[in-house]
Amino acid sequence: MSLAIAQGEFFGLLGPNGAGKTTLINVIAGLARADAGSVTVLGADVALDYRRARRLLGVVPQELVFDPFFTVRETLRIQSGYFGIRANDAWIDEVMEHLDLTAKADANMRSLSGGMKRRVLVAQALVHKPPVIVLDEPTAGVDVELRQGLWQFVSRLNRDGHTVVLTTHYLEEAELHCSRIAMLKAGRVVALDSTANLLASFAGSRTTVRVVARDGTRHLLEIEKYSDLERELARLRVQGVEIADLEIERPDLEQVFLRLTS
Amino acid sequence: MSMTGFWTLFWKELLRFLKVSVQTVAAPVLTALLYLVIFGQALEGRLQVFDGVRYTSFLVPGLVMMTVLQNAFANSSSSLMQSKMTGNIVFILLAPISYLEFFCAYVAASMVRGLAVGGAVLAFTAGFVELRLEAPAWTLAFALGAAALLGALGLLAGMVSEKIDQLAAFQNFVILPLTMLSGVFYSIHSLPAFWRGLSHANPFFYMIDGFRYGFFGASDVAPGVSLAVVAIAFAAVASVCLLLLKSGYKLRT
Repeated sequence: MSLAIAQGEFFGLLGPNGAGKTTLINVIAGLARADAGSVTVLGADVALDYRRARRLLGVVPQELVFDPFFTVRETLRIQSGYFGIRANDAWIDEVMEHLDLTAKADANMRSLSGGMKRRVLVAQALVHKPPVIVLDEPTAGVDVELRQGLWQFVSRLNRDGHTVVLTTHYLEEAELHCSRIAMLKAGRVVALDSTANLLASFAGSRTTVRVVARDGTRHLLEIEKYSDLERELARLRVQGVEIADLEIERPDLEQVFLRLTS
Repeated sequence: MSMTGFWTLFWKELLRFLKVSVQTVAAPVLTALLYLVIFGQALEGRLQVFDGVRYTSFLVPGLVMMTVLQNAFANSSSSLMQSKMTGNIVFILLAPISYLEFFCAYVAASMVRGLAVGGAVLAFTAGFVELRLEAPAWTLAFALGAAALLGALGLLAGMVSEKIDQLAAFQNFVILPLTMLSGVFYSIHSLPAFWRGLSHANPFFYMIDGFRYGFFGASDVAPGVSLAVVAIAFAAVASVCLLLLKSGYKLRT
């Protein structure tokens, strides 16, 4: 696999289970060692210059892990210390506020709901203000409210110049936020393009049009390009179909994803 | 070396056992006191130890050292095991902390717990028995060496074990027999020749014997020899630990 993510991008890694998304992230984060090849984060080799590489990275792990001995604030202070930062309360307070954690600052991690624990994981990844943020399925099992708050915060960080790398099973999230996407399958990149190009290339190949006639019958049209639509509708009219409603199904990332990974 | 990373991990390990101090400090102190009451009562005047030393006085340094050994081992082994089982070890692995800092932080925190609980046992028992402190430098050297060795051994056991029952087996079938057969409750001079010879193969014996030398100025083996054995054992265990940590054994895939 050869993959370059530009600084400041909001990049999506998509693929079915077992495609290698988490393995790739683990190699980038130093949690797994690559059998061959190299990975650099803003020029720092993750194996040879691991201290600099890890300082440049903030990783939100997929598993909902926590240390049951500590409160939220203690957890974030300890994580800051691991990254060599002693007095970090001002930033910790800001991160907690953005993630709606302030009220739970002194609560033990054990007492938090799953969604709250997920927020703390995000906060832990941000304590050292990393220029590159890696989110491995950040919204799995998270309620809608948190999901929206989380994306607002991450989008703001991206606007502020942070590079964001995201894996998600929620394709609409990738479609909404990612400027570029790599689709993985069995450890290989099967598609790598801007989100718009991926959608456009798929749109150019096939579009579905749902037609409802006045008598209630439904017709499904498959067209190669929009200019074919008039011809197909004319064919229906010749058959005596009076069109009552018409819906053009725009291709979404899910269709691209399914086609490329099936 | 990132000192803040090391100090934070060390401090986190201290906080971890202090937050459950009833279990990690008070309980082992009570256990040691029970040993003192029961064995002291049952064996006082029946066992021949050093000349001019009463059995209960002889027993106390043994119990203190036993407490140091068991608690130093328990701290690093249980902490690492729990972190692996719950997955929160990832927070340390993601951080720019070297394998050497990782090792030093876990071992140093284990030493603090071992010495704190051992010190508490000594403080509680000192009032009930007659204790001398003939050579405090030796006492301190053996306490530090033993705590470091068992802290490192605990780290090794925590790294190698994949399940809690594997760690428990290590504790029950290695640490406990070596501790109980190290001369905590008796002088090896009172043993038959075969068992006396076998005791010399037990590294825990040298830690307890040397530690007692600091109190009574008498020991079964010269304290310098005992300290050398402890130092060699620590160097061996620490080397294995550092090699495994460097390779990411069972920590990084």
